[in-house]
Amino acid sequence: MVMAKQPFEEVVSRHGPTVLRVCRAVLGTVDADDAWSDTFLSALEAYPRLPADANVEAWLVTIAHRKAIDAIRRSGRQPIPVTELPPHLEGVEARYRDLDLARSLAALPEKQRFAVAYHYLVGLPYREVAAIVGGTAEAARRAASDGVANLRRTQGISQ
Amino acid sequence: MTADRRDGLADLFGIPVPPTDDELAVLHSRLAARAAASGLLDVAYRTLDSPLGTLLLAATSAGLVRVAYEREGLDAVLESLAARVSPRILKAPSRLDDAARQLDEYFAGRRHRFDLPLDLSLSAGFRRTVLAYLPGIGYGQTASYQAVAAAVDHPGAARAVGTACATNPLPLVIPCHRVVRSDGDVGAYLGGPEIKRRLLNLEAAA
Repeated sequence: MVMAKQPFEEVVSRHGPTVLRVCRAVLGTVDADDAWSDTFLSALEAYPRLPADANVEAWLVTIAHRKAIDAIRRSGRQPIPVTELPPHLEGVEARYRDLDLARSLAALPEKQRFAVAYHYLVGLPYREVAAIVGGTAEAARRAASDGVANLRRTQGISQ
Repeated sequence: MTADRRDGLADLFGIPVPPTDDELAVLHSRLAARAAASGLLDVAYRTLDSPLGTLLLAATSAGLVRVAYEREGLDAVLESLAARVSPRILKAPSRLDDAARQLDEYFAGRRHRFDLPLDLSLSAGFRRTVLAYLPGIGYGQTASYQAVAAAVDHPGAARAVGTACATNPLPLVIPCHRVVRSDGDVGAYLGGPEIKRRLLNLEAAA
């Protein structure tokens, strides 16, 4: 049986929030909007060729990852932490529960930041995280675990 | 994936809380504009509140491709468009501005014919021939299924004319509601016979 493909609108409404959280976590708030829209534009282009049984969320995170890498390479800098936001993003700043914590995430080494975001924020298993960032599932697990340890240390959370 | 893992991290490390609906709405409309500008928006749609309930309007770059009544199931209509036209579908009202305005004017009794580019790709063969004929039945007039069959040179095909009307992808704009039974009954309608009666009354009053 051929599975009918959902209208793309359904993909955006179901996965848009998660992709935006991922973009904010790996890029910082300022560049996240462009990355979100680049991600869904590329996805829209490729959507008719996506196999009907594909894991749409993992597919979108893979595209978002590539867009994030592009953005980081282009700007040649770490993600902008949320200390100084342009006025139109002040609402976002207010909703970070703890600015220091968000800053810590932005300060993580790239590999750890990606692994933490894709595993903990999206909920992808390490096998799929590895497929996106490269390397083995074990390496992805280690990067996520190092990332979490770093966050705990910078936050002074003892556990 | 577990919600626990997500929320657990949000609590522990202050990951930004979920984006608001407003933020997503802004991003969505930017995406729709970029998609249209890149030629990737195969089907744009919007809903329209009308005296007949919510209508769904959809257009390709060629023109209006679908008008649907709520009772057809709006999700089902979108899924069918995804399968039959393209899955590259986004809610993008601006492409439907003209159609929405003309329908509003029609319901207000101020518009007697539609002037819109139409995409008839959802209809083929004899059905399409019938649909092409229907705009010739003027505002406020009716024709019987038999008369339409005869007019398109298939005098015995009244039943097939009925099928063409029942599967009209562009009701209202292509006026299948003006085709009625020769015994005076309004006959079937994809929006329901009650709506057909109201449309005929609307046009008779103007």
